[in-house]
Amino acid sequence: MTTTEIGRSIDARGMPCPGPLMSLIGAIREGKVGDVIEVLSSDEGSRTDIPAWLTKAGHELVEVVDEDGFTRFVVKKVR
Amino acid sequence: MTDDTLSLVLFSGTDDKLTSAAVLTVGAAAMGRKVNILLQYWALDAFRADRVHKDHGVAPEAGPAGIELVQQHGTEHWSELLRQAKQIGEVAIHACSHSMEMFGIAKDDLDPLVDGVEGVASFFMEVDGPLTFI
Repeated sequence: MTTTEIGRSIDARGMPCPGPLMSLIGAIREGKVGDVIEVLSSDEGSRTDIPAWLTKAGHELVEVVDEDGFTRFVVKKVR
Repeated sequence: MTDDTLSLVLFSGTDDKLTSAAVLTVGAAAMGRKVNILLQYWALDAFRADRVHKDHGVAPEAGPAGIELVQQHGTEHWSELLRQAKQIGEVAIHACSHSMEMFGIAKDDLDPLVDGVEGVASFFMEVDGPLTFI
């Protein structure tokens, strides 16, 4: 369970790779430090791509939840 | 993982190969790598301002079933992926002067995605690792 409040939710289900990651990058760029963003993705590549990009870009992966047919990523803009 | 520049030479002008190159470019740009692209022959032809959004077909190995698969898969257009890559990273796209001459076209005939025209020697100035040919 997370107590973090989600400020923005992106429903990228049905988008092929690299759509969900690009949507997340866009939201991070538009957001402020501390913002928490949720991304829903049914693209299998996101499972590895989103964590890899977050590590590289220096943002926090708060939570990854496997839902029915998609994955929910909760991300925090750190810098 | 290294932070070398991703150097791509795009030769083929079919939509599947251009999409493949655009996906690689977006991924590399997202991961903080510089991308250096040279457009030759049919890839350059596809970057003409009045042709970007036309149907460029798919590679011959696709066959009829493969063509349908590519059309059904809702990937964003390669030009849009390249625009996104340029927004998030350092991506340079250059037209090969040799191919420009062959087609008898000038920089103004190309989509604004193309940064300029250059010869192969100046392209290699920016190549600091392996070269990928698509």
